Order: sequence, then structure tokens, then C-alpha cells
Amino acid sequence: MRIVIIGAGVIGCAVARELRRYNADVTVLEKENDVACGTSKANSGVVHAGFDAVPGTLKARYNVLGNAAFDRLSAELGFSFKRNGAYVLCFSKEDEPVLGKLLEQGIKNGVKQLEIHTGEQIRKKEKYVSEEVTAGLWAPSSGIVSPYGMTIAYAENAAVNGAEFKTGKRVDDIFYDGKKIVAKCSDGSVYPADLIVNCAGVHGDDVNNILCEDKLKITARKGEYMLLDKTAGGYAHSTLFQLPTKMGKGILVVPTVSGNIMLGPTAADVDDKDCADTTFEGLEEAFSKARRTVPSLDKRAVITQFTGLRAHSETGDFEIGFATCRQMYNIVGIESPGLTAAPAIATAAAEEIAAAFGLERNENFVAQRKAPPSFAKMTDEQRAELIAKDPLYGKIVCRCENVTEGEIVDAIRRPVGAKDLDGIKRRTRAGMGRCQGGFCTPRVMEILARELGCDVAEVTKNGKGSEIVVGRIE
Amino acid sequence: MTEKKNLVIIGGGPAGLAAAKAAYDAGERDILVLEREERLGGILNQCIHNGFGLHTFKEELTGPEYAARYEREVAARGIECKTGTTVLSIKDRQVTAVGAEGLKVYDAKAVILACGCRERPRGAINIAGCRAAGVFSAGTAQKLINIDGLMPGREVVILGSGDIGLIMARRMTFQGAKVKAVVELMPYSSGLNRNIVQCLDDFGIPLKFSHTVVGIKGKKRVSSVIVAAVDKDLRPVAGTEEEIPCDTLLLSVGLLPENEVAKTAGVELSPVTSGAVVDDGLMTSCDGVFACGNVLHVHDLVDFVSEESERAGASAAAYIRGKSGGSDHVTVSASGGVRYAVPQKVNRRGDGPIGFKMRVGRPAKDVKISLFCDGREVAFRKKRIVTPGEMETLSLTAEQSDVLRGAHEAEIRLTEV
Repeated sequence: MRIVIIGAGVIGCAVARELRRYNADVTVLEKENDVACGTSKANSGVVHAGFDAVPGTLKARYNVLGNAAFDRLSAELGFSFKRNGAYVLCFSKEDEPVLGKLLEQGIKNGVKQLEIHTGEQIRKKEKYVSEEVTAGLWAPSSGIVSPYGMTIAYAENAAVNGAEFKTGKRVDDIFYDGKKIVAKCSDGSVYPADLIVNCAGVHGDDVNNILCEDKLKITARKGEYMLLDKTAGGYAHSTLFQLPTKMGKGILVVPTVSGNIMLGPTAADVDDKDCADTTFEGLEEAFSKARRTVPSLDKRAVITQFTGLRAHSETGDFEIGFATCRQMYNIVGIESPGLTAAPAIATAAAEEIAAAFGLERNENFVAQRKAPPSFAKMTDEQRAELIAKDPLYGKIVCRCENVTEGEIVDAIRRPVGAKDLDGIKRRTRAGMGRCQGGFCTPRVMEILARELGCDVAEVTKNGKGSEIVVGRIE
Repeated sequence: MTEKKNLVIIGGGPAGLAAAKAAYDAGERDILVLEREERLGGILNQCIHNGFGLHTFKEELTGPEYAARYEREVAARGIECKTGTTVLSIKDRQVTAVGAEGLKVYDAKAVILACGCRERPRGAINIAGCRAAGVFSAGTAQKLINIDGLMPGREVVILGSGDIGLIMARRMTFQGAKVKAVVELMPYSSGLNRNIVQCLDDFGIPLKFSHTVVGIKGKKRVSSVIVAAVDKDLRPVAGTEEEIPCDTLLLSVGLLPENEVAKTAGVELSPVTSGAVVDDGLMTSCDGVFACGNVLHVHDLVDFVSEESERAGASAAAYIRGKSGGSDHVTVSASGGVRYAVPQKVNRRGDGPIGFKMRVGRPAKDVKISLFCDGREVAFRKKRIVTPGEMETLSLTAEQSDVLRGAHEAEIRLTEV
């Protein structure tokens, strides 16, 4: 049984890992140079409690199931996860009944420990929250995670268990060839399979629509964010939502697992599914709306901005299951709470596929991933010990985030290792601090070139065409 | 793991080396310089243009030449320098440092912060657009071209007319790149006038004042930037947008003292300079912790960094010998167009002449920079032109310094004459 997964976002990587619990060959095709390059790299990183989704939907079901899986999963796969709790904030007495409705909806969905707090109670916990806030819904089971950290962890564990990852493979055609379904890539390579699992994110409809009669429509919904320096980390401890709107969960102020604060996202449907540009208006909107939650937010603390594209299905729910064309399984329309739902979706999809094809259990499956060492998070004793073993861990390359050469080399050599600057950044945080790579970029380029055996002028930001420099000087 | 040291200097660039030399000459022998890069010299190593040392050596040197002079001075004195060693934190003058040989804690009697500064990145100025390759801070591009021999781009727009941006405009041009424009948000440059003449005018590179970059386009690599005029509130004016095709955007939008280590020590920082608040001996709010050079406030000329750092070195050596200025200070505030003046406070029990370094907020003509003590003008200096790009100084005589030490309050003020 050969399975080809299209897309190496959190869904594709999680499904690859869960499918390797069974005896099936798994190949993941990714159009970008690395895993976690689309929606999975640019979202709020919130593990939602599950009170937003309409009861009875797949979103509601997998949200709550997924949320419950995070404690075990983060320990097993070694990624950062924290149950920091979330508030949905209400700014006027008139709107307070909405909180009650959210609470009821949450109870229906199976969310535990929901409570309504008064403005005073909230400000006792979160002292920077606006005086305008009259009440809020408190959801202690809400958490935060590094979305790309989680995706990379899934991918590494899938690879260690035998899944193959092919990057730079943009699938532009799918056809049947006798018994097989074949994915054909833009570079001419072909991947015949018994089943294609469509995890193509915002392009999920494109993949489905090549062969299936029942057409899907996925809209890219753009969300712009601002990231604040760690010095601003005290602004919020829990995730601070405002009351949800038709377009989504609204602008939030959310701490990251690394100690930064993130503001956003805006929500605007866009035509270009690959355009992750930020806009002046979008960033202004994100900031001014976030300031409603935390009025003392300071723009000078902003260190970077980014845009994420969410895969919004016109049905409003996740689309999961065998497609109407044969030999294809769709996992599309995975917008919020997709990240939270990913573990549960992947488990359920793998079980359904295994049952349909009569797959046997893979007895050699190893669920545990050995997480990479993080110098910044270690005690001085642990640091000394690590340096004694490998002196490269004593060489700080990224001074803002205290990332060592040892960690960068490890990130390149690991399964599904980093091949470019962005890959290093997402795996080690080198270049993610307040100077945004100003000092470490040339050093990281050197290390990449040395480890990958290429010329330093060939090192890219995120794959071919994004070379950092244009050549050597004569 | 812990080693005792009299003086630990953090940073082996121009500030750290000058401080080490001066501390030695003031009688201190137990000195350690910690440098995170593999070699001494700091940012001077990548500044291969000339114009350094006119004040200190009365001749024009390149950056590496200037650094080499101080490196020789330090080597001749046998001062210990550890390169490839990054300081992680300071607590109660216990300096934790890491290098390939391991983690080490230095228990120091005095510490000098000489960590330099860093560039403001793109994120700090909120330019909208793509996240393609080809956007560099000017200093990063300078390192790539001058140290690594790599060409950052061929068609260049530079945002910000800070000195590094101006120098890089010329450097990229020398290397065959086409610098299409230097775009400056303000109606004046934050760089040295001589750099505008020598780096832009001489090469016919247009400098657009009161303009900014409002967008960056490109998929994998930058393909163009959108430049627009700004109004007097610095907001882009709709309808003035111009798209300039290019593959590279360099940012020269300001430098910030790098005080991450200072923060771990609990040093009081000035919101104006982003550097430490110091007394006339360059001591910070933490007893025995000194600061000098660009970590204290961003200088325009390295010569002034050296001069200030020599003072810090001598002062730290005196502190180690038990000669402390005490904690009875006169605060010196800055007003009337003077954005800041360093030192911000003066020891009442100190001695010797005091000098101030300062920056103005906006360009002005025919002005007087004065020191007022309890409302009385004690010293002044007349200037025909002052600009934010050039640091101003006010040096007091021994007598004027004594008046200041005896004052209740003091102020440095700019007035038009």
C-alpha cells in the first residue's frame, strides 16, 4: 500500500506520522523548500478550548478532541506547549449575553471549566487589560503552541518512522494509470500511489478539483499579525480574544511559547492564494484593535510583522473523508481551529484509511521524538555539560535568542532537516529575536553552506530564487 | 567555574580596547576583555572606508587600521583578551560567559559595558509588503560585502540616510551595483554631512528627503519598492507613490545601544538614549558597572568613542583602588532642543574637568549650547549649525566643573542667538 500525501503543513505531517502506525509506505510531497511553510507557519498558535465552533460540526468535535491530546502529544514529540488559558472579552454590558451563549455552546461541545468573570476579576489576573472590559469568558483549557515547532516535530517523527519527505514538489496534475492514482509534479517527477491524501491547505480545492466531480471551493483568508519583543511579554499571560465576528475570532493579544506577544489576525478574503504580503492598512488595523484589549501596547516593541493565509471552505466546516473521485482522501478547509484539531483529525483519518484498506499495525513504530537541545532554555550546569560534549554548543551565533552553532548544525542534520535560513529560524529561533537576523545571517549562511556542501552564495532564504546574495564580488 | 578578576570588559571593539588600555595605564593589571566575535576590533573590521582617527591620530585611517592601533596597544600591555566568548548575564558583577571552552563565571570588582550597538530592523519600522529575500540592514550588507566577499544585490534602494546607509551607497556603487535612490523620512539627514557629499553627491545618487518606503514587492526576491512622499506628520501622502524596480532594499534607519546584558545586571537605562544613565565617571546605576561607547549612546565618530572609553577605563581602575565618587549626584537635564546629554548626572565629590556629549533633536542655525546651574549660565558654546547627525560637546573648565558639583540642579539648553 503506497500513500502519497500532498502538503507538509501540520495536517500533512501529522497524517504522515499517524499513518506510519500502520504498514503503509508514506511519501509527503511539498511544493515549498521545507515543511510548515504555509498556514502552519503563520497563525495565532492557539490551542483553542472549543467553545467557538457550532455544536455538531467537525470543527467542534475535533477541536475538543484535539485540545485534550496536547499534554501527551507535546511530551511525546518534544514541542513547546502551555495551557495558559484564554479570555473572550466583552466591552459593553449589552454584549454580555453573547458570553453566556458562548459558555452554553462550549458546554454542548464538551469544554470543561468555563466561567464568566467580571472586568475586575479579569484585571486582577491580567493587569494591562482595558478598563472598558466589563466581563469575559474564562477558558482555562486553552493553550499556546509553536505551530511550526509542532509541525516540524510531527515531520521528524514521521520521517524517523519511515515516511519520506520530498520538498520542492509542486503537484500540478493528478491522473489514473491503471490501478494507481498518480501525482505529477511541476519538475516532471511522478508519484504513483494507491491513495492520495489531500492536505494541500489553501490549494486543497485545486487538488480535489482535478479529478473529482464534486468541486470544492477554498478561499484564502488573509490574517496579518505583529510580533512584539520579549520585553513586552508581560502585557498578557492568557490569550485575550474579543467577541467573535462573522469573519472569525477577531483580533487577539496572545503570548507565544517563546515569551513574545503577538497581535492579530485581521481577516480579509484574497484572490492570490500565495500572496502573504502585509499591508499598511492591515497592520494598522491589527494594532489599533489589539489596543482596545490592551491600551498600553507600544508600537516601538514591534519586531516583525507577518501574514498567514487560512483555508476557508465555503461550507464553513472542515471537509474530511474519502473524496468523490476514487483513491483520494480529502482533509481540506482546515482553518481555525485547525491547528488544535490536527492531532485528532490525523488520528481519525489514519484509522479510517487503515480500516478501509485493511492495513496492519506497524510494530516498529516509535512514538517518542528526541527534542533538539535548546541552549537558551537550559540551566548553566546543563549548558556546561553540553559544551563539554560538543564545543559548538559554546559558540553563540544568534545573540538575541542565544542560539549556538551546535543547535544550528543539529537542525540541519536532523531528519527533515533545515535547508535554508527560514528553516534554521523556525527550528532554532536564530534570527527571530529583536535584531531579526542582522548579526547572525552571515554566520548562519556560512554554517548552512558548510553543512550542505554548497557555495555560500547559493544559500537561500526559503528555496530557489530566494538566494540571500546575488554572487561573489570579483 | 568561577574566577576572580579585577576588571572585566565586555566587548573588544573600539570602546572595550580603549577602556582596557586606559585602565592599564591607570595602574590596573588584572584586566580581561571578552569579545563574542572570533577577532577583536568590533564593527570597525567591516568599515574598510577611511575617515577614522582624524581627531585621535590626526590622520585618516580605515576602520581596520584604527582598530589595529588599539589592538597593538592592548597587546603591548599584555592585556588578556578572550575572543569567541559571549557574555550571557551579569549579576552583582558576576559575569557569566560562554565560549567553546565552556561556561565560565568571572567574579569582577568592576565591569565595563562596551557592547556597541545594533541596527533597527525592518520590523521596527513597520514597512508593509512581501517577505522576500533582498531586504538587509545596511550593516549586514556591509559585513557580507566587506568581510565575506558576497554581493548583496545589483539594483538597490536605501531607506534612511544614516551613515552606514550612505557609506553602503558608495560601496555598492564601487562594486558595480546601481543605487537608484536614498530615501529619507525626515527633511534632513541623520548622517554626517561629509558622507552625503562623498558618498552620494560625488556619484549622482539622488537623496529624497521627506519620503519613505511604503511597500516592498516580490515573490522569492524583492522586485520593486514603492516610495512615497510624507507630510509634516510623517504620514505617506496618497497619490505620490512611485514604484522603483530593484532587487535589494537596504535599511539604515537607526542604531540602538545593545543593552541586553546591561538589563540582566539591572542597570538603569535612559528612554532617550536607550543606553545606561551614567555619572561623570561613566558609572551606571549599578555600583562598579561602567558603560562607554555605542552601548552608552550612539556616537558619530569612533574618535569620540575612544576618548569616552579611556575615561571609563581610568575611572573603573580608580574605583577598583577604592576611589568611588559616592552616590551624591547633581542631575543634569537636557532641554530646549537638546535631545539628551551624557553624563546625565555628576558626582558632587568628584574632581577634574567634566565634559558633556549631546545630540540635538532637529537642525538649527546660530545657536548657543549652555550649561545652566540653578538658573545661572555657567558655560556655553556657540555653533553656527547643529544637526541631529553630528554629536555636540561641551567641555567645562575645572572651575566651571566645581560650580556644577555645587549646584542644586543643572540643565543643558539650546538657545538661538
